[in-house]
Amino acid sequence: MATALSLTHLGSLMRGVRSVDEVGANERAASLAKRSIKKSSKLWALDLSIRCMDLTTLEGSDTPGKVAALSAKAIRPKPGDSSIPSVAAICVYPARVADASERLQGSGVKVASVATAFPSGQSFTSIKVAEARDAVDAGADEVDMVIDRGAFLSGDYQKVYDEIVAIKEACGSAHLKVILETGELGTYDGVRRASILAMAAGADFIKTSTGKVQPAATLPVSLVMMEAIRDFMRETGRPVGFKAAGGIRTSKQAIAYLVVLYETLGAEWMTPDRFRLGASTLLNDVLMQIDKERSGVYQSPDYFTID
Amino acid sequence: MAITKRQAADLAKQTFDYAPAPEAIDHVRIQPRYGLFIGGKMVEPHSKKRFPTINPATEQKLSEVAEADAIDVGKAVSAAGTAFTSWSRMAPSRRARYLFRISRLIQERARELAVVETMDGGKPIKESRDVDIPLSAAHFFYYAGWADKLEWAFPNRRPRPLGVAGQVIPWNFPLLMLAWKIAPALAAGNTVVLKPAETTPLSALLFAEICQQAELPAGVVNIITGAGKTGSLLVSHPGVKKVAFTGSTEVGKLIQRSLAGSGKRLTLELGGKAANIVFEDAPLDQAVEGIVNGIYFNQGHVCCAGSRLLVQESIAKPLLEKLKQRLSTLRLGDPLDKNTDIGAINSKAQLEKIQALVESGIEEGAEIYQPECKLPERGYWFPPTIFTNVSQSYRIAREEIFGPVLSVLTFRTPAEAVEKANNTPYGLSAGVWTDKGSRILWMAERMRAGVVWANTFNRFDPTSPFGGYKESGYGREGGVHGLLPYLELV
Repeated sequence: MATALSLTHLGSLMRGVRSVDEVGANERAASLAKRSIKKSSKLWALDLSIRCMDLTTLEGSDTPGKVAALSAKAIRPKPGDSSIPSVAAICVYPARVADASERLQGSGVKVASVATAFPSGQSFTSIKVAEARDAVDAGADEVDMVIDRGAFLSGDYQKVYDEIVAIKEACGSAHLKVILETGELGTYDGVRRASILAMAAGADFIKTSTGKVQPAATLPVSLVMMEAIRDFMRETGRPVGFKAAGGIRTSKQAIAYLVVLYETLGAEWMTPDRFRLGASTLLNDVLMQIDKERSGVYQSPDYFTID
Repeated sequence: MAITKRQAADLAKQTFDYAPAPEAIDHVRIQPRYGLFIGGKMVEPHSKKRFPTINPATEQKLSEVAEADAIDVGKAVSAAGTAFTSWSRMAPSRRARYLFRISRLIQERARELAVVETMDGGKPIKESRDVDIPLSAAHFFYYAGWADKLEWAFPNRRPRPLGVAGQVIPWNFPLLMLAWKIAPALAAGNTVVLKPAETTPLSALLFAEICQQAELPAGVVNIITGAGKTGSLLVSHPGVKKVAFTGSTEVGKLIQRSLAGSGKRLTLELGGKAANIVFEDAPLDQAVEGIVNGIYFNQGHVCCAGSRLLVQESIAKPLLEKLKQRLSTLRLGDPLDKNTDIGAINSKAQLEKIQALVESGIEEGAEIYQPECKLPERGYWFPPTIFTNVSQSYRIAREEIFGPVLSVLTFRTPAEAVEKANNTPYGLSAGVWTDKGSRILWMAERMRAGVVWANTFNRFDPTSPFGGYKESGYGREGGVHGLLPYLELV
C-alpha cells in the first residue's frame, strides 16, 4: 500500500486543507454542550457510553493482576446486573496484551494495545512497526498508534503518512486507531490537517489524545475531527471511526460527546464500530447515573467496584 | 435495580431521540389582566379597552393588556414631563445607581423574564435565556457606567438631556429592545414613555414591576400598551421631545413624515436584507454555522438577519450540501423545550406574510428546499427554508421576509459580491466569511451597511454601535454613539 504521492504533492495538498475558525468551532461545541438530555434518552446514552468504552490502564505499574481485574470489570461492569452491557475493549500497553487476551477470550470484549513508542512516538520507525506487529501477534485486536508529531510540526507530512501506512500494514487484520495528540498540534487547522492525513493513510479510527498530554480530548477538537471525518466520507465514501480519549471522567461529559457525534456524524456513527470513549475512571460514574435514572436516588459509591 | 433482558434489548434498538426537556414555568406569575404603568403605578386605562396577548406556540391567551387612548398617552407623557425636572437634575452618580439596580434585578429575575419572553413571543427558551435577557442586563450595566461620565464622552462639549422620549419597539426582541431604548435615555437624564409591540407586551410589564422594585422615581419610566394607533398618538404628542422607533421601514417612513417640522429629534432602526458573503477560502463548517445563526436565529425575526446568502460560485455546491445537512439537525418545536432551535412564528399575521413571500419565490422560479420537519398542530410555525436559483430581481431577494427563509445567490469576484450586496434599498448589516484579513477590511470599506461582521454573524454587544444606512434608518444604538440621540451638545 505504498503511496504514489511525492513529498511536494502531499505538502501542498496538506496546505490546501480547508481552515477551521477557532472561535466558531468553540462556539458550536459550547452550544451543543447545552443540549439537555433527560430520562429515556439519557439512559440510552449511558448504555451506549458503556458499549463504546475502551476501558484503559496505561501505567508503568500495570501488572498481570491489574489487567485481570480490569478485564473482569470490562466483561461484567456491574456484578449481578446482566442488563449492563460489556465495554467495547480494554486498552493496555503491548507488554500486557497477552494477559488481557487470555482473560477476555470468548467474551466479545476486544483487546486494544497502544504502540509505536507511546506516548511520544519519538523512536525509530523500524521499532514502531515491530512493536505494532508484536502487539498483534500477542493477541491485540486493535492497535492505538501515535503519529510522529515532531515530523508533523516540522512539515514532514510524508514521514507521518508513510509511517501510518507502514503500521497499518503491520497490523494486518487488526483495527488501527491513529492518535493525533491534538494537545500538541497547537491549532484546529493542524488538527484538521492531521485528521485528513491519517484517514488518507488508511486509519480505521482517528483518536484525539494519549491522555498523557494536557489538554487531552476537548469537545471542540472532537467536533473538528468529526467534521473532517464527515468531509472524508463525502469525498471517498469510506467511514472512519472516532475515539475521544483523555480527561473524560463524568457521565455528563460522555453524553456531551455523544450529542456532538449525533449532530455532526449522525445516528450511523453511534455504534462501537465507529465511536469509542477511552477512559479509566468514567465507567463507575456511568453506572451510578444509570442506577440513579432507574431508581430515582443515588447509591453509595461502595456499591460500585473499584478495580 | 435491574431491568429485564428484553428491556435492555429495547434500549439498544432505540435511537438518540432527545426526550422532552421543558423549562419549568411554575415560578412565573402572569396576571390575568394588566393596566398601564404611569407615574410609577399600574393604573386602569381611561379607554377601558383591553386586548388579549397570546402564546403563538399554543394560541392560548396569556393575559389581557390595556389599550391606551389619547388621554392615557397624555397622562403618561405628562408624568414623564413632571419627572424630568428632578431626574435631569439628579446627581449623575445617583442616576447610575438606579440603572445598576435595574440591571441587577434583571439578572435576579432572569429565569422568569426568559420564560415570559418565550411564552409571549414564541422564541426558543435557549435564546431568551442565553441572549435576550443577559444582553438586556448588560445594556443597563453599560449605560449605568456612562451616566456620570457624559462630560468625558464628548470632550469640550456640555451634554444636556432632551426631555421626554417617546419610544416604540418591535416584537422580535421585546425586552432587549426595551433595554436598548431605555438604558441610554435614562443615563443621559431623559425620562421615557415606552410602547411595546401589541403581540409581546408582557416582558415590558414585568419590567414595570422591576422599576418599582428598584424604587425608580415615579414617572421616569412609563409603559403604555396598545397597537399602532397608540404608537402614533405617542410619537405625535407635543410633550415628546425625542422619538425612537424600531420596526418596519413602512411605519418608519410614516413617522418621519408626521414629525417633519415638529422640531422633535428622531432615530429610526428599520428593516434589512443583509448579505452574508462566503468566499471560497472561508472555513466552511463555521460559515455554515454562521449562515444558520444568521437566518434561523429567532425564526429569522431579526432586522439584521443574513437573509441573502452570497456564495462564491466555486464552492456553492459543497457549501449548500453542508447547509442542507445541517438544516436537517435543526429542532423545531415547543419553544419552552431547552433543546428547541426554532420556535414559533410570532403571530398569525407574520406567518401569512412569510407564506405569501415564499409563494412568490416559487412562482418566480426559485428552487425551494425544506428539511423533513413535522410542524406542531396548534400555533404558528414555518419550517427552515432555503431558496436556490434566486435572481437579484426576485421579491425574495429584495423584500424583507422576517422569517426563517434564506435566498441563495452566487458571485464570481469580490467586486461582484460588493455590487450585489449593496444592491438593496436597505443597509443594516452584512457578513463576510474569508480567511484573508486584508479582504475583510477591503469588503468592510465598501459595504454600505451599519454593521459588518467578519467570520461571525448576529453578535451583539452593548459597547458596539448598531444602526443602518439608507432605508434601514439612522441613528445608532449601543456604545458611546448610542448616547448622542438622547443629548443636546452645547
